[in-house]
Amino acid sequence: MHPARSVIIFTTLSGLGFGLLVWLGLGMPSPKGLVAFVFFTIAYLLAAGGLVASTFHLGHPERALRAFTQWRTSWLSREAVISVATLLVMAAYGAGLVFWDTRIVWLGWLGAALSLATVLATSMIYAQLKTVPRWNHWTTPALFLALSVAGGALLAGQLRFALPLLAVAGGVQVVAWMTGDKRFRGRGTSVATATGLGGMGDIRAFEPPHTGTNYLMREMVHVIGRKHASRLRMLSLLLGYGLPIALMMLPFNHWLALLAVIAHITGVFASRWLFFAEAEHVVGLYYGRK
Amino acid sequence: MASPEPVVDTSPHVSDEVRKTTCYMCACRCGINVHLKEDADGQKRVAYIEGNRDHPVNKGVLCAKGSAGIMQVNAPSRLRAPLRRVGPRGSGEFVEISWDEALKTATEWLAPLREKAPEKLAFFTGRDQSQSFTSLWAQAFGTPNYAAHGGFCSVNMAAAGIYTMGGAFWEFGQPDWDHAKLFLLFGVAEDHDSNPIKMGIGKLKKRGAKVVGINPIRTGYNAVADDWYGITPGTDGLLILSLIHCLMKAGRVDLPYLAQFTNASCIVNEDPSSPQHGLLLRDEQGKPQVVDGRTGRLAAWDAAGVEPDLGATYRHGGVTHRPVFHLMADRYLDPAYAPEAVAERTGISADRIRQLAAEIARAAFDTPLEIDRPWIDFRGKTHDKMIGRPVAMHAMRGISAHSNGFQTARALHTLQILIGAVETPGGMRFKPPYPKPSTAHPKPHCKVTPGHPLNGPHLGYPQGPEDLCLSDTGGPARIDKAFSWENPLSAHGLMHMVISNAHAGDPYRIDTLFLYMANMSWNSSMNTSGTMKMLTDTDPVSGDYVIPRIIYSDAYSSEMVAYADLILPDTTYLERHDCISLLDRPICEADAAADAIRWPVIEPDRDVRGFQSVLCDLGGRLGLPGFVAEDGSAKYADYADYITNHIRRPGIGPLAGWRKDKDGKDQSGRGTANPDQLRRYIDNGGFWSEHVPDGAAYYKPFNRAYQDWAVKLGFYDSPQPYIFQLYSEPLRRFQMAGQGKGTHLPPDHLAERLASTMDPLPIWYPPFEDSSVDTRDFPIHALTQRPMAMYHSWGSQNAWLRQIHGMNPLYVSSRIWNDKGFSDGDWARVTSAHGEITVPAVEMAALNDHTVWTWNAIGKRRGAWALDPAAPEATKGFLLNHLIHELLPPKGDGMRWTNSDPITGQAAWFDLRVRIERCDPPAASQPAHAPIQSPVPAAPKSLRWKVGK
Amino acid sequence: MTALPPTTDRKLGLVIDLDTCVGCHACVVACKGWNTENYGAPLSDQDAYGGAPSGTFLNRVHSYEVRPTTGTAKLVHFPKSCLHCDDAPCVTVCPTGASYKRSADGIVLVNEDACIGCGLCAWACPYGAREMDADAGVMKKCTLCVDRIYNENLPEVDREPACVRTCPAGARHFGDFADPDSNVSRLTEERGGFDLMPELGTKPVNKYLPPRERDRSEDIDILAPYLEPVTEDANGFLGWLERTLSKLPGGR
Ligand SMILES: Nc1nc2c(c(=O)[nH]1)N[C@H]1C(S)=C(S)[C@@H](COP(=O)(O)OP(=O)(O)OC[C@H]3O[C@@H](n4cnc5c(=O)[nH]c(N)nc54)[C@H](O)[C@@H]3O)O[C@H]1N2
Ligand SMILES: Nc1nc2c(c(=O)[nH]1)N[C@H]1C(S)=C(S)[C@@H](COP(=O)(O)OP(=O)(O)OC[C@H]3O[C@@H](n4cnc5c(=O)[nH]c(N)nc54)[C@H](O)[C@@H]3O)O[C@H]1N2
Ligand code: SF4
Ligand code: SF4
Ligand code: SF4
Ligand code: SF4
Ligand code: SF4
Ligand SMILES: [Mo]
Repeated sequence: MHPARSVIIFTTLSGLGFGLLVWLGLGMPSPKGLVAFVFFTIAYLLAAGGLVASTFHLGHPERALRAFTQWRTSWLSREAVISVATLLVMAAYGAGLVFWDTRIVWLGWLGAALSLATVLATSMIYAQLKTVPRWNHWTTPALFLALSVAGGALLAGQLRFALPLLAVAGGVQVVAWMTGDKRFRGRGTSVATATGLGGMGDIRAFEPPHTGTNYLMREMVHVIGRKHASRLRMLSLLLGYGLPIALMMLPFNHWLALLAVIAHITGVFASRWLFFAEAEHVVGLYYGRK
Repeated sequence: MASPEPVVDTSPHVSDEVRKTTCYMCACRCGINVHLKEDADGQKRVAYIEGNRDHPVNKGVLCAKGSAGIMQVNAPSRLRAPLRRVGPRGSGEFVEISWDEALKTATEWLAPLREKAPEKLAFFTGRDQSQSFTSLWAQAFGTPNYAAHGGFCSVNMAAAGIYTMGGAFWEFGQPDWDHAKLFLLFGVAEDHDSNPIKMGIGKLKKRGAKVVGINPIRTGYNAVADDWYGITPGTDGLLILSLIHCLMKAGRVDLPYLAQFTNASCIVNEDPSSPQHGLLLRDEQGKPQVVDGRTGRLAAWDAAGVEPDLGATYRHGGVTHRPVFHLMADRYLDPAYAPEAVAERTGISADRIRQLAAEIARAAFDTPLEIDRPWIDFRGKTHDKMIGRPVAMHAMRGISAHSNGFQTARALHTLQILIGAVETPGGMRFKPPYPKPSTAHPKPHCKVTPGHPLNGPHLGYPQGPEDLCLSDTGGPARIDKAFSWENPLSAHGLMHMVISNAHAGDPYRIDTLFLYMANMSWNSSMNTSGTMKMLTDTDPVSGDYVIPRIIYSDAYSSEMVAYADLILPDTTYLERHDCISLLDRPICEADAAADAIRWPVIEPDRDVRGFQSVLCDLGGRLGLPGFVAEDGSAKYADYADYITNHIRRPGIGPLAGWRKDKDGKDQSGRGTANPDQLRRYIDNGGFWSEHVPDGAAYYKPFNRAYQDWAVKLGFYDSPQPYIFQLYSEPLRRFQMAGQGKGTHLPPDHLAERLASTMDPLPIWYPPFEDSSVDTRDFPIHALTQRPMAMYHSWGSQNAWLRQIHGMNPLYVSSRIWNDKGFSDGDWARVTSAHGEITVPAVEMAALNDHTVWTWNAIGKRRGAWALDPAAPEATKGFLLNHLIHELLPPKGDGMRWTNSDPITGQAAWFDLRVRIERCDPPAASQPAHAPIQSPVPAAPKSLRWKVGK
Repeated sequence: MTALPPTTDRKLGLVIDLDTCVGCHACVVACKGWNTENYGAPLSDQDAYGGAPSGTFLNRVHSYEVRPTTGTAKLVHFPKSCLHCDDAPCVTVCPTGASYKRSADGIVLVNEDACIGCGLCAWACPYGAREMDADAGVMKKCTLCVDRIYNENLPEVDREPACVRTCPAGARHFGDFADPDSNVSRLTEERGGFDLMPELGTKPVNKYLPPRERDRSEDIDILAPYLEPVTEDANGFLGWLERTLSKLPGGR
């Protein structure tokens, strides 16, 4: 799949933002006043900023409100609805903390649950797609959720949780890559089933329908070199998981924490880039690609 | 709970008006419905084009090019006004001028030539369909140097068909799609009969008939063929003669048909001492003789009641004279034609050759087709049924664009005739006004009288050496050397030699080259880079261009435009009158005579004029007989006027529909001009057609009912029955000249070639390139094919079509691919005896092992066609033409033969031999020529073409 | 709207005959022409005369080379447009309800006024049947020519999709698969029409007919009698000729 910048930014940042909201909702930490304001601002900038970024790739952002209507069937619609609900709930909760020094515990819990649900909805947009076998698997929501809560914990300064959660996320990441690499083949979809010509012999795409490119090829038939990918994977593991864990094991220091956060975000960006770039859409079969 | 579905307007307004005319995106000439809608500015614009269901050619269907016509009519490459060259030739620098200036200039250039030396004008036209008109103009001008494009296209096919049986494929004939059980397709990628072939294949498939493709490349029609024979290029003749061998050996030939309807039963003069040796025995009236089975005596072939005997010989003066059929047995039963003997050369195993022969035998003779329809032949014999041999064949450039193409095409027709599958149910059927044997066509004319018309039509069918177009010294009279000893039967001229000969001043220099719709500095020339040099070359002494003046008519900014001095911009096909005439290359079907028109369904928005109308105007200005009225003014206001009012022979005009009888009533075929004729065509959907009567549907050359109907419609003035010429006397006459017999003798250096190639019975010889280059050095055959969704060079300016074919890789057989160590993304350096190109390569398995190929004419010169210089057509596309020379490499005696068939002069595009090696991708395909300046403004970036709101 | 109708009254769709398709792209361009002028936004083209032209098409023709384990390689032309799936994932993913499947005839459509151009439906479609128009910013797809097949402004014979009407080889057939007697149902039945990527559970309505077996080398024993020699050389041939001519009706 084409690794669209807006989508990578959106999923990465909003995942972090909602992850932070989870911890804030749980009261870990439970800041008040100006500190609370700063925390919530960061969370909202990330979560809402991501949401805004996601509208960049829409053909008609002005019609975005319509996306709230189909929550019964569409994960994308659910994501819209839940994310807005989350932001509203957490706004009320945050206002309590910032302005009234009050923590409405049940509201925080509700907000945390909604935050998780938002991330789950986001991940399900990808995980539901049978057309992209690499995504169409429990590891997709697991990874999104793990990264969100781990990154959130890191931002929230919950190092106790952040450390194991990052390790878990790293583990899920590795499983996602390892199983993902085999999944396309495992699903049995091939140029033979795509064309129905399997019985006749070995099939090779000969002439494409157009000598130029088209929307489908740009959007879904993206190929990256294997070498390039494995290097990026190492980088992502190192920055996203390894380095933050290592830094957290050192005695606490604000600069180190900041470094850990930056490394983590960079690593997650790389992971997310790979999430898209490595995803093989079945339509590629028609174009002689996988 | 589902919300209600949106309401969709399922009956939107389709268009304001439908105008029916004829497509021009290729020479198939389908009927189209042009839907017009009013635009925001109140102008009627083309909104959509679809096929006309009532039209005899396409019956509603339309190909990709036809449907994309809307993008042709709005192409930014359309020329906008007449142009005068201001930069050097080839630069593309022009100024726009008025029509008045343009026509004055042309007249000033041409008038003195006509007065002094009309042959100094060479007027050649491309693939247009107004040859009966353009040739009339050239004839009136008085130059012998006129032809259309057929010489580089497919004259082998056309001439072999006419000489053998009075018609060939496409415009002359078609398979009997409704009855054939076996269909053999030789060397066709697309052809002119584009939609009918597809419709026909669809019909065959529906009926479960078998389709066989004989072609080195398996794409398109050959991909859907049930059986594919990936033949080695240039060897079809050998394969066909081997099939003939097998069928004769098994007695699977149609004896009654051969005896009655072919010259197999005619007696050949076998007396070596006779001056007529090798010609048919004739009576005092000059009629070929057969032995009448009733009497055992000689009789004229067409005498009433005669029953020609295929077996009987005639002994006279101590010599036994045998019928043609015996000579054929002698020749084709020779073991040299056994499958085993030809397998290696053709690349087809002996078993598979036998299999094909057996399938032909089975389809033709096991289950003959009988239609209960009595008919009477020209000898007066009544046949109670029409018996068919349901084996249909079709062939085109794959066999004809070789230097052995004429004889190969003759071999193919011989095969068809041997099994009785021409003009019989299930076989091949002629389209009126064909069949028409070579003797019913004019002979070529070349006599120049300054200030006067030529002594007759330029092109025709010579019957012997005395009909050649030679100068007083015996050299070629025409600039293209057509109808000379080099290519005696060049019925369509040799357009591909005009520039080269004019540049060499051989046989003489010309002054003005006048071209019409042929991209001669690019895809329609061999040796493209060389041609560009010839067009720009200057005389070292005078500094003038060697070809002093070039006038060109194109509708678009093609590569050729840059090489002209004066441009006469044409309209597009929806903006002008045209006439697809029975006098020319009509649109008839086997069951109907038909002709058609184009008419301005939209008005041009530029200062352009229909070229034919411009010729009418020029004819008037030059005072050409036939083009001036009695008062000295132009006789025809425009082409529409000509179409309506021109009279070719009494009662015969360009269009056959809605003429007038003497009472002023409508009449088809013959009649006086009808001022309302074009209106009647328009009301009828742009065409006229008249059904062939049922009893006349088959056996047309021999069938009285057909002959009478043809006379009624004005195809001939009296019945002209004839029999098929398996044995060709015109060829024999040239062969004799080559053998030094007779009074008209060729120059020595051509004698041997004439003697060996002009065989009166079909033969096969290797393509000339095989013997003039070292085939170990150049082991690979290189071919081109037409893409179905592109028309030569003009498809590339079409925003929709160019997305389908924006570049053309070289397809390399898996065998060569692996041998040479290619892998995906590699490019290939391709070298011929003449040149080198570097181009992108792609592997292909369904391809003859020793062959590479590419799509034709996709490659473009930078700067042409209003395309961006970075267009893939220019950076990755390429022409194979750079590798093909118009002359073969020098022979021992230093002479260079043209790269053409020795009989007809047909350009031998597909003889090309190359070698290839892999290489890394260069920046762009090579050779890359400098960009030309565009004479039209830059194209828009994007399109969203919707006419209605 | 993103809920799929449990059943549809009719199941309109296409049968595409891979045995007959010659790969001419006529259907591609007829579709482009009709749909540029009709339903919704025009199908636009970017860089139309430039270095990387790219436009919206609703129907595209691929070609595949097939190499059997033994015997010659084959080529198959392969047209592809929306298959109007019964279980259309493109519909259920749509967040706005713009994508829907009509309950009356099963046609899958995009209501362009409601489409936000998120592209998710194109991701969900396994067949590459949806393309986002770069100019209009909305999702385009084959409409099964819903604005032709019921169009009362068209003569009745023309109420079929533009691609079907134009196909010169007659390789495309339009009809109602819910009716077992329809042309499309019968063709599918007789010729073994199949689904593309059945394993993905989309239940396409459109069916493909397989190419007939090619290059069957028939048993030489069956064919041999047709070439049974009557002679070995020209002399023998003349003897045979003599005998045969005398046996012919009206013979000597
Ligand atoms: N390598 C290779 N070369 C080949 C062939 C091959 O098989 N292989 N085939 C050969 C054959 S058979 C042919 S016929 C030639 C074809 O080659 P060309 O005859 O050169 O064909 P086109 O490229 O169509 O060029 C015709 C010109 O007509 C112009 N034109 C289009 N419409 C109009 C119009 O309405 N009015 C006017 N006045 N001009 C118009 C176009 O802009 C173009 O410049 O190519 C030959 N060249
Ligand atoms: N779409 C489209 N249609 C066109 C045209 C176009 O440009 N585009 N051009 C028109 C014109 S001007 C012409 S002349 C016709 C030509 O129409 P075709 O005769 O179909 O011409 P080509 O495309 O040159 O195809 C020649 C075929 O012969 C095969 N071939 C080459 N050498 C041999 C051989 O030795 N033996 C055999 N058996 N096959 C061989 C090639 O593989 C190829 O398939 O098409 C006309 N129709
Ligand atoms: S075959 Fe195509 S391009 Fe040729 S006349 Fe017919 S519709 Fe036009
Ligand atoms: S129009 Fe018909 S034959 Fe041509 S590509 Fe489309 S389906 Fe195939
Ligand atoms: S083919 Fe694709 S776009 Fe069409 S209904 Fe099926 S999934 Fe949807
Ligand atoms: S692009 Fe349009 S039709 Fe497709 S899912 Fe998004 S809103 Fe729905
Ligand atoms: S049915 Fe209509 S919209 Fe669909 S592919 Fe055919 S022409 Fe295009
Ligand atoms: Mo041609």
